[in-house]
Amino acid sequence: MINRLERRYDATTLNATSAIIELRGVHYSVGGRTIFDGLDANFLRGQVSAVMGPSGTGKTTMLRLITGQIRADAGSIQVGGVAVDGISRSELFALRQRMGMLFQNGALLTDISVFENVAFPLREHTRLPERLVRQLVLTKLQAVGLRGAAGLMPAELSGGMARRVALARAIVMDPQVLIYDEPFVGLDPISLGVILRLIRRLNDALGLTSIVVSHDVHEIAAVADRVFLLSGGKVVANGTPKELQASPSEVVKQFVGGLADGPVPFHYPAPDYFEELLARDGGRSA
Amino acid sequence: MISDFWDSLSESLERLGDTVRFLLRIGAQIPGALLRPQLILDQVYNAGALSLVIIMLSGLFVGMVLGLQGFDLLQRFGSEDALGTAAAIGLVKELGPVVTALLFAGRAGTALASEIGLMRATDQLSAMEMMAVDPLQRIVVPRFLGGVIAMPLLAAIFSMIGIYGAQLIGVQIMHVDAGSFWSQMQASVSLRDVNEGIVKSCVFGVACSLIAVYQGYYSEPTAEGVGAATTRTVVTSAVIVLFLDYLITAFFLK
Repeated sequence: MINRLERRYDATTLNATSAIIELRGVHYSVGGRTIFDGLDANFLRGQVSAVMGPSGTGKTTMLRLITGQIRADAGSIQVGGVAVDGISRSELFALRQRMGMLFQNGALLTDISVFENVAFPLREHTRLPERLVRQLVLTKLQAVGLRGAAGLMPAELSGGMARRVALARAIVMDPQVLIYDEPFVGLDPISLGVILRLIRRLNDALGLTSIVVSHDVHEIAAVADRVFLLSGGKVVANGTPKELQASPSEVVKQFVGGLADGPVPFHYPAPDYFEELLARDGGRSA
Repeated sequence: MISDFWDSLSESLERLGDTVRFLLRIGAQIPGALLRPQLILDQVYNAGALSLVIIMLSGLFVGMVLGLQGFDLLQRFGSEDALGTAAAIGLVKELGPVVTALLFAGRAGTALASEIGLMRATDQLSAMEMMAVDPLQRIVVPRFLGGVIAMPLLAAIFSMIGIYGAQLIGVQIMHVDAGSFWSQMQASVSLRDVNEGIVKSCVFGVACSLIAVYQGYYSEPTAEGVGAATTRTVVTSAVIVLFLDYLITAFFLK
């Protein structure tokens, strides 16, 4: 019997009508190195999906493909029924107004205040009266617990606070999809817990679809509905966090257990250790 | 050796082509950016008003040196009364635009390049793209226009303060006749001289601002990358300004 988690992810097994983001047979190479070699994935509407995998497997690249920051060499990527790789720049910008993205470090604009950062998308894309802008901004800041920090500058915020402000900015235009790129990096346990709870709470309260790229297996398992494990340019396993933790797959076991050696080797490819140590010239071979 | 030279030449030409293409992209965004004049005014303040002290101080010292050197040279021919003309023509046509451009590249150009480079390194530009805001229109074009507007104004202020500095030395200290100093200047400096200075400062403004925003926008998103972009801004601006200065001078003297 084919293991459900190990087989190549087959989009047709899921209810395709409820998928808001669909990747089919995506190929992408950069600098002669293949990142994706026939990647298939469906992200279902209303769910929190976690994307995991060893470093360098292309998790952030996948987000960049979904958001149209880079174009795939082959395959199709659809967001809300729109093919991302076949649209013009203005159409892409229109699509991005329906998406929010939280960058690893928050990426707040450093020369304007917290309030102005959150108001930024509203001022750029709408002509709402100032009173309404203020109410919307304060509502979103209240949702992330930082209404009191509205007057601060980004340099005055801690890493966790900066990410919460960025989260408020990401939801201020009421997007359908919210994408988090490594949102827990460098956070203390309290800030991490706050962001975790916000991911789940905002997803459910605002009816979003969330995609979270993270290495924090146990933390993200607490809030994700589905986990995708990337390796070797493909989705090698997907399922609920419980299913992944119970998986007999070596790749999954290594990643979930944090094992140093396994299908992802500990050693970078190198010549034989003893032969190299005993080599007469004492230098590394080219 | 020849192949190294050829590689270097072709790389330079490639970069020049990229820069011109970037200028065309900026040009296409200017009408949209003009709809938000406050963004441009803020950048005129950043590039212009914040450079005023260094420009005025430098102008004063350059004018004073010109007064001393000019007096020393002219008195050998018994023509020290022409000091006003010499100082004004030297400043308005040449030293004003060129020295201002070099100072502008060092003060405002580096600030522009490092600011935009850091925005790139900290994902602020990517975040804007993701918010469906074009960073070229929102960040680059206002800064470019701010520099282009500020540069001729700074050059004019430099020349004005420089002439005052030359007068300070020539008239107040070396006792050149004040009437001769000002009247000869008025009689000899033509509109064509002033135009040459204006054209130069406008062209230098475009060149320095373009180089700064280009280097910042395409800098490597690392600390070293931003540092290298800042250095390239100053070096490239200085060489290009002096090269363009020669071309424009030759054009006006023809």
